[in-house]
Amino acid sequence: MTELALPKIDKDTISRKDQIVSHLKKITKDENILSEIEEIKPYETDGLAAYKQTPLAVVLPENTKEVSEILKFCNEENIKVIPRGAGTGLSGGALPLQDAILLGLGKFNKILEIDFENKCVVTQPGVTNLGITHAVQHKGYYYAPDPSSQLACSIGGNVAENSGGVHSLKYGTTTNNILGVEMVMMDGTITRIGGKTLDQEGYDLLGLVCGSEGLLGVITEVTVKILRKPQSVRAALIGFPTVEDGGNCVSDIISSGIVPAGMEMMDKALIDATDKFSKAGYPKDAEVLMIVELDGTKSEVDGLLNKVSEIAKQNNSNSMKLSNNEKERLAFWSGRKAAFPACGAMAPDYYCMDGSIPRGKLSLILKEINELSKKYNLAVANAFHAGDGNLHPLIMFDGSDKEQLRKTEEFGAEILKACVKHGGALTGEHGVGIEKRELMCESFNNDDIQQQLNIKKSLDEKNLLNPGKVYPILRKCAEEGRVHVHRGEEKFPDLPRF
Amino acid sequence: MSTEEKKNSQISLDSEILSPSTEKEVSEIVREIYSKQLPVEISGTGTKKVFGYNLQTAKKLSLSKLSGIIDYKKEELYIKVKAGTPLQEIEKILDENNQELAFEPIDFGYMINSQSNKGTIGGYVACNFAGSRRFKVGSVRDHILGFKGVNGKGDIIKSGGTVVKNVTGYDLSKLISGSFGTLVVLTEITLKVSPKKQSQITVIVYSDEIKKISNLFDKILSSSNEVSAATFIPEEPSNKNYENTKNKIFKFNDLDQEGSFLAFRIEGDKRSIEERLKELKVELDLSNFKSSILDVHQSIPFWKKVNNLELFSGTKNNILRAVMPPAKCEAFSKFLNKNYKYYIDWCGSLFWIEVLDKDDEKINKIKNFIVENSGYLTIIKKSENFDFQDTLFTIDNTRLMISKKIKESFDPKKLFNPGRMYRDL
Repeated sequence: MTELALPKIDKDTISRKDQIVSHLKKITKDENILSEIEEIKPYETDGLAAYKQTPLAVVLPENTKEVSEILKFCNEENIKVIPRGAGTGLSGGALPLQDAILLGLGKFNKILEIDFENKCVVTQPGVTNLGITHAVQHKGYYYAPDPSSQLACSIGGNVAENSGGVHSLKYGTTTNNILGVEMVMMDGTITRIGGKTLDQEGYDLLGLVCGSEGLLGVITEVTVKILRKPQSVRAALIGFPTVEDGGNCVSDIISSGIVPAGMEMMDKALIDATDKFSKAGYPKDAEVLMIVELDGTKSEVDGLLNKVSEIAKQNNSNSMKLSNNEKERLAFWSGRKAAFPACGAMAPDYYCMDGSIPRGKLSLILKEINELSKKYNLAVANAFHAGDGNLHPLIMFDGSDKEQLRKTEEFGAEILKACVKHGGALTGEHGVGIEKRELMCESFNNDDIQQQLNIKKSLDEKNLLNPGKVYPILRKCAEEGRVHVHRGEEKFPDLPRF
Repeated sequence: MSTEEKKNSQISLDSEILSPSTEKEVSEIVREIYSKQLPVEISGTGTKKVFGYNLQTAKKLSLSKLSGIIDYKKEELYIKVKAGTPLQEIEKILDENNQELAFEPIDFGYMINSQSNKGTIGGYVACNFAGSRRFKVGSVRDHILGFKGVNGKGDIIKSGGTVVKNVTGYDLSKLISGSFGTLVVLTEITLKVSPKKQSQITVIVYSDEIKKISNLFDKILSSSNEVSAATFIPEEPSNKNYENTKNKIFKFNDLDQEGSFLAFRIEGDKRSIEERLKELKVELDLSNFKSSILDVHQSIPFWKKVNNLELFSGTKNNILRAVMPPAKCEAFSKFLNKNYKYYIDWCGSLFWIEVLDKDDEKINKIKNFIVENSGYLTIIKKSENFDFQDTLFTIDNTRLMISKKIKESFDPKKLFNPGRMYRDL
């Protein structure tokens, strides 16, 4: 990997380590503080495993008061703090720093209240995304945002990253599905934003905090909205002979007024890879493959599925299967969900990108990516959340070859720049973190970034909370930025990534 | 030098009302007022002037000339407009393309002076008051994909874009929604648009018993049959000082005017509506109630009247907007009882309340009840000659402190709408 620029190390803080640790022991139990190198090791990286840093110490507070006292102490003593949920994030948002305390929220792992009357759940931030659904599904409810790491990722991390998922096309991302948070500011101030009501009065601080990547405060409690499970869910598996046909079909479905629960697309390279890997039985003659999922009442779903298949036929689809039961529907998804591990099996390393574009530009960007693939002589496979224009191109390379690595990075940056050029965004759901930090100037000019930095400064004057993330350090657009997976050694190999 | 550039080079603050016609002019004006420390009141067409504290700035910044649709991409489901564009113009073009703003913008014109006046999109975003479909589709802020604006130093800034999936940097589109023009002068807004539903019906359920009503709201919220709006219109108070408008406003062939009623809307294609109606009848035990159905031709105007606060047409009294956790619906309705004219929207969460001019002192009582029950109150319209002190908005000290810091990061000299939301902000 290219050398990563990090905030200047404060040697004074490092030299005060023992003193800092002993002060932290006055705030929380001794066992909640990890300062020996072997204890700290698991915390030195997150889902972006290519980067590693050893923090000064790890502290695992047990309640909001402790979080507040830790932050207040660190603020007064000029000690940097890196908040961390489950550490599954893909953009390096929880990467520690050598002179920073890593604040792990792992002990905040309880659901505090299940409130069916107000259709919400009050939970501590360390509870997993799927844990919330598990707690309410016996009454037919669920929590809608479904990042692929939902088995392990924490709801606090979801708030920090504004996580999406396959179904955000219809149900929105985290920001559209939370009602309130309790948050501790860097100076130790505890505040509650929102609650169990819809919207909040005054400045939408909830909207500001959601997706702020742990830079503005530490979330200690979250109130999420829960929804009733739809009565019927069915999916269509549709193959197209050309990329253009597939892309046009996505646009036609959306502009016809249908809002599918999810609409996914895979290109030929990925179809072949996943079929070998998962035996999903995907069509061999398709250049692109689409999974369209619809939910709602039974007759509505049946009707919409027919409409979708008609639109697909008008766009020259050359294969089509409609699910008739849950088993068939899940079989459609099995290949798509195996996409990332399948790429891991094809090449020593792969980079996963995360950009977004207007839906209408899907076939155009796919063409450009394939041309870039030829230019750099590197294979690429593409998985898209097509319905909302979110791309996950996977570039395959051999990291042991320095030249290939350099080329891969250039290739990736060109893709993201192309996304911005076509009216899209640098990141659709993985966040900026350290990954895309230096590419921010592709999307924003100095005044835009300065305004964001002013907000940061107003709430964390000394820039101690998660410094070095999101905003460019170099202030030039260095070309970094992708998930790097070496020989299938993902940080969380068991988690499906899609 | 083009005509536009000529104008820009001659920014003058001589007139009381400053009316820039380009973003660049807005920026120039703000740079001038920044250097001269001149606070301004920002307005579109002035329809939301009644909201918040009255301003007494020497200068006004009108955005009414900053108007027009910049880019409408029907198939990408977005529309990009200049901030001073009349909402009506946006809704018209969407309607022609069978699309709409899903958050159902409220027409506050009726409440203010008895006639339709939706104002500008900038003004609407600045107050973030969503209509009847809110509990189903989200608020105004959930439909803002991006914006451009000028901060208090005159810098042109942007956030977001035109795509739905975008987590690049802080989500400032949320922050500026509902900020009442105190953070930036909006110049450009990109809104997410939605396809219109094919058809709709409204089911009217007659009952005066608030316990039953709140139970129905709960069942509707718990249903997977996707009800897109639900309101309760109670009988009006017998106090003659409240104008009885219910039977005049809600005059429909299939609506019985006797007593209170709950109404809920089902939208979709005809087959789906029929199917869901059948299931909802069972889920809500409708056989135990007197009920009737408004067809699509009655349903559409019915919800316009609910949404547009027509019950309070031209009132001189105070209008309060309270949002409660849905489970507090029954308790709050009982508290209001027949003492006030009110109705409930958002399936039990949103209360619109009219309080008589001479009952001003009761507002504090109402506010206390709301706050104790984890809700919040905004006084939308104030009757004359009353010192509301700090009661117009609901905020605690910590959030106020944070809000002040954020205000300072956008508008360090407090030039935009000073004191509109909170004193000293």
